[in-house]
Amino acid sequence: MFKDGAAKQLTDFLQAVGVQKQSTVTNHGISFLVPWVLFFIGLVVIPVLYYAGLITVGTVNMLGRYMAFAIVAVGLDLIWGYTGILSLCQAFFFSLGGYAMGMYLAHHGGPEGIIDANGWKIPACLYVVYPYKVGEAPADALVPWFWKPFYTLPVTTILGLLVPGLAALAIGFVGFRSRVRGVYFAILTQAITVAGWLVFCMNNMKLCGTNGLTRFDRIAGFQLTNPNVKVSLYVITLLALAGVYLLCQHVVKSRVGRILIAIRDDEPTLRFSGYKPYIYKLFAFCLAGMIAGLGGMLYAPQMGIFTPTNMEASASILVVVWVAVGGRGALSGAILGALTVNLLYNFFTSEKNLLILTWKAEYWQFVLGSLFIGVVLLFPGGLIDLWRRLAGIIRQRAII
Amino acid sequence: MDQTQRTAEYKEYSPRESRLSEERYLLFLEDITAVFDGFKALDVQALGIEHNELRVIIGPNGAGKTTLCDVVSGKTRPTTGYVFFDGADITHLTEEEIALRGIGRKFQTPTVFDSLTTFENMELALPGQYRLWSNLFGSTTKVQEERILEILERVGLIDESHREAKYLSHGQRQWLAISTLILSNPKLLLVDEPAAGLTDAETALTAELLLELKDDHTLIVIEHDMDFVRQLDSFVTVLNEGIIMAEGMMREVQQDGEVIEAYLGR
Repeated sequence: MFKDGAAKQLTDFLQAVGVQKQSTVTNHGISFLVPWVLFFIGLVVIPVLYYAGLITVGTVNMLGRYMAFAIVAVGLDLIWGYTGILSLCQAFFFSLGGYAMGMYLAHHGGPEGIIDANGWKIPACLYVVYPYKVGEAPADALVPWFWKPFYTLPVTTILGLLVPGLAALAIGFVGFRSRVRGVYFAILTQAITVAGWLVFCMNNMKLCGTNGLTRFDRIAGFQLTNPNVKVSLYVITLLALAGVYLLCQHVVKSRVGRILIAIRDDEPTLRFSGYKPYIYKLFAFCLAGMIAGLGGMLYAPQMGIFTPTNMEASASILVVVWVAVGGRGALSGAILGALTVNLLYNFFTSEKNLLILTWKAEYWQFVLGSLFIGVVLLFPGGLIDLWRRLAGIIRQRAII
Repeated sequence: MDQTQRTAEYKEYSPRESRLSEERYLLFLEDITAVFDGFKALDVQALGIEHNELRVIIGPNGAGKTTLCDVVSGKTRPTTGYVFFDGADITHLTEEEIALRGIGRKFQTPTVFDSLTTFENMELALPGQYRLWSNLFGSTTKVQEERILEILERVGLIDESHREAKYLSHGQRQWLAISTLILSNPKLLLVDEPAAGLTDAETALTAELLLELKDDHTLIVIEHDMDFVRQLDSFVTVLNEGIIMAEGMMREVQQDGEVIEAYLGR
């Protein structure tokens, strides 16, 4: 009862400062508090716990990576949960961002390699797998042109958003203009993901093939191994997540959000009202792509390596699972889902000795599968909906 | 007047022949056929709808009434022929371009956006707000809000304005669909079966509303319900097997032997 009162007060306060529109507060008063509570825990509690020595820097780093995933999930929720378009290439956009940042980090990475004929230092990870033409010696290796823009951090950041955005624009323009819808669009995006994955796996592309981008050392001059840098990256990721959440929240609360929902409900009718649905779909898809790219850019320095595994077809499907488990059509649900599934992944992929059997990492797939099926069957609204219902019951009890 | 004579009269005013056409007709269809898999669903030689006219199109099931609407609103491309609206050829425009030129449509089954509230459904119908940017940062003005509430008040949906449309009854959905159409203020309203599934009282109110709209709009109403058509008391076009069979006031058309046969015979 006390808690409920406090929640109400906070709701009123946030309403007064204009964070939330009134109509939704009454329905989902509690659920909209979830992200703020998580934000507070992330920003204050976790660093305090770390500096108090209660959790390791590894845990902080892991949470940072999972929040980078949560960013991708928010983007997918916009395009899938609100607009009803199942995109299976979010991991591809994520990887485009990741590769952008990875190339920057590789430029400033380990010392292995040579200075090439044009005076550029070859990144260590490229040098070890450089695809020499017949007759070329190691001294003939050159830094490819597409590596060069990623030398400075500001340009990298811009390109890391722009490249996935433009990729999404191209895919969306072709797909939405010719009215590819539903499952066909999902298949189209998955095919593009697989094609992209194959391209990035090719060593001849000078993107380090299946080895991926490695030997990261410094970001903006700071050592990545330094625990304080790790905590800083974690905090930056958290702030980025909050920013993305607020941005998407603005979009879904604006009239564009209603148009996106209208597209999900009945796209043909919207056309007869004079709207061009493909413009709005393109907008949502590009925004989701750029958000995924941002997630990738934040993930790469925290992971310390970026390989084509990150853009496998299954990786994109995993994003869908996060959003489905958390609850689609609610941005906070996407965050909740991404964090929950990944924390469970972390828990269930460590080997444990139970009384009679040993828990093996491979068993995780069963947990994930049953979680997904369970949520879809029992709580189609996802964890966030379950939470809402529980909160509703508690509130009713409190009134009685 | 015989239908062949009437067709000839229409043809005289074809926008391709006569410059006066624009002054006389808001919508003009010429030599329209729509063929699906070899089946000719529509074969209209000529049809003109005058400015501020309320035209009722009746006909038995499968007569091509809805196909006619589809052709005008751009949902179906005619196999041959031309559609002129407001002096311009709109035959090959897309649905949204036709909508922007001022043709609004209500479908046979009331199409509203289920997950949006009644009020939000109305907001989307506000005219002249189709640009992404204005929708991202703009919000509904006081004047627009009052206009929405005024219409909702008129059709008795005011108490439902913050309910999601999926919780509305069939009649309420019909009303909402008609309300959004009124709000969007098109030059020509295509209203497909507005009285379907409504009670008698609701039907009477629908007729009243449509007649009110006639003052500054042009309407095409497709209807099955003969009582409703009588209430509208307007010029009627009878379609049968895709062909215009007869035209005239309801009481004249009702006397027509062919029409009676098409409806009751066989």
